[in-house]
Amino acid sequence: MAQGVKLLVSGDYACWTRPEMKAERVSYDVMTPSGARGILEAIYWKPQIRWIIDKIHVFNPIRFTNVRRNEVASKIPVGNIKSAMNGGGKVLALYADQDRQQRATLLLTNVRYGIEAHFEVIDSRERDGSITSDPAAKHLDTFNRRVKKGQCFHRPYLGTREFAADFHPVEGDWPVCPEELHGVRELGFMLHDIDFTDNMTPRFFRARMVDGVIDVAGCLNQTGGALA
Amino acid sequence: MQNRYDFIYLFDVKDGNPNGDPDAGNLPRVDAETGHGLVTDVCLKRKVRNFVELAKGENAEGYKIYVREKAVLNRKHEEAYKQFDLKPESKKLPKKVEDAKKVTGFMLSNFFDIRTFGAVMTTEINCGQVRGPVQLTFGRSIDPVISSEHALTRMAVTNEKDLEKERTMGRKFTIPYGLYCSHGFISAPLAEQTGFSDDDLELFWKSLEQMFDHDRSAARGEMSARGLLVFKHNDRLGNTSAHALFDRVTIDRVDPSEPVRNFSGYRVRFDGVPVDEIVSPGGETDLGNGVTLMRRF
Repeated sequence: MAQGVKLLVSGDYACWTRPEMKAERVSYDVMTPSGARGILEAIYWKPQIRWIIDKIHVFNPIRFTNVRRNEVASKIPVGNIKSAMNGGGKVLALYADQDRQQRATLLLTNVRYGIEAHFEVIDSRERDGSITSDPAAKHLDTFNRRVKKGQCFHRPYLGTREFAADFHPVEGDWPVCPEELHGVRELGFMLHDIDFTDNMTPRFFRARMVDGVIDVAGCLNQTGGALA
Repeated sequence: MQNRYDFIYLFDVKDGNPNGDPDAGNLPRVDAETGHGLVTDVCLKRKVRNFVELAKGENAEGYKIYVREKAVLNRKHEEAYKQFDLKPESKKLPKKVEDAKKVTGFMLSNFFDIRTFGAVMTTEINCGQVRGPVQLTFGRSIDPVISSEHALTRMAVTNEKDLEKERTMGRKFTIPYGLYCSHGFISAPLAEQTGFSDDDLELFWKSLEQMFDHDRSAARGEMSARGLLVFKHNDRLGNTSAHALFDRVTIDRVDPSEPVRNFSGYRVRFDGVPVDEIVSPGGETDLGNGVTLMRRF
């Protein structure tokens, strides 16, 4: 059973990193369905449900800017942690100035999106094994209540955590799409989502924006589903 | 920690460069479209880490810092670095989920910065990746900033062969004055996951208050923390939207026709009333609706 929700999100910056250009991050023009899902999950998610993004609305003109930052090159090696846990003499620390990379980010500025999504109840069981009489209504109600009150599990973000997202309930109609986004815009292959059930395989779809709206479900239908 | 917090952090710079842009020859970062000054989130997080390391000592139990910077450390660290090869040597992953949990738990209980900001601990398996409860945004100046370029001369040379040449010139960039504002968010559910405690929170507030006092350098000029307004929600998920709370705080110039060179040139108001009338430094006031405004300084 499907339940639809609407959400308006905005922020000063966003970075929906293109996987093919992630060393020096370059953002997609618009929010990815996977990014939208992350925002919904930041507000409300339970293992019983799965969010599915139907449409993404773009309300602000697409503008880019560039930021270069010092970043560390390494991730934390698990082998070293294990040896430290076992009393081995490893000093666990990363020296930022010796392990430095300067990486640029081409990011979006001043963004505002509308998310249309629904969720599927994939498992109606509660943690104690009981089944609520109407699980979908419960989840929908909780989500909407949280949005209305500005509550979230953690602060949702626009691609990366430093770009925090404001979120608002949608009352009435969507805002008006600006003139320059009118028309059909082919956005090319975009990440749809990562398939976590299949060894984290990225799935792509051919995104097309019509008058500021990306009909994710429609695009998927046209290409016969998301492509690995 | 059972509350959500959203906060506004104000800091200023006088005749200094708060955060150089590596893409622009170390000029102060500026939003190219609006001319507002920027300070990245990671720049502020670096200072929090440095402060905690100074305040707690470099190897304090439970308050170690994972991502270190040598500049704040003594020589011992260099020796330690040489003694233990810290370059990642293997990409081994924990085979069992329990193992991964153990490893993550060990790091969380030892390292303050991992509990606070999170960390990526493995290369392929997600379970070793931790999201920290504290999330910071870019700091942004209230008004557009102007960076001045200063040419300097140096009376000494580096290389012997340059001895006969003319003295070398250097460059330095400063912002005469800029008041910056950064927003932050602390998620109670994520704090629960990483074990970020109320004591940790207190230390975090303290670091925001004092970190610039321990980050003096030729480049920075005079930087000071000017205000920390914390919205504490009774509900762990929050009682109202963060942006609705942030929007109640306005900062503007006392005299818009004059360039500002001091913090006193700005007015911080809450609901249009000077913030001092709402809450004094160190105090707190109930905003109703389950939200308390705490003014740390």
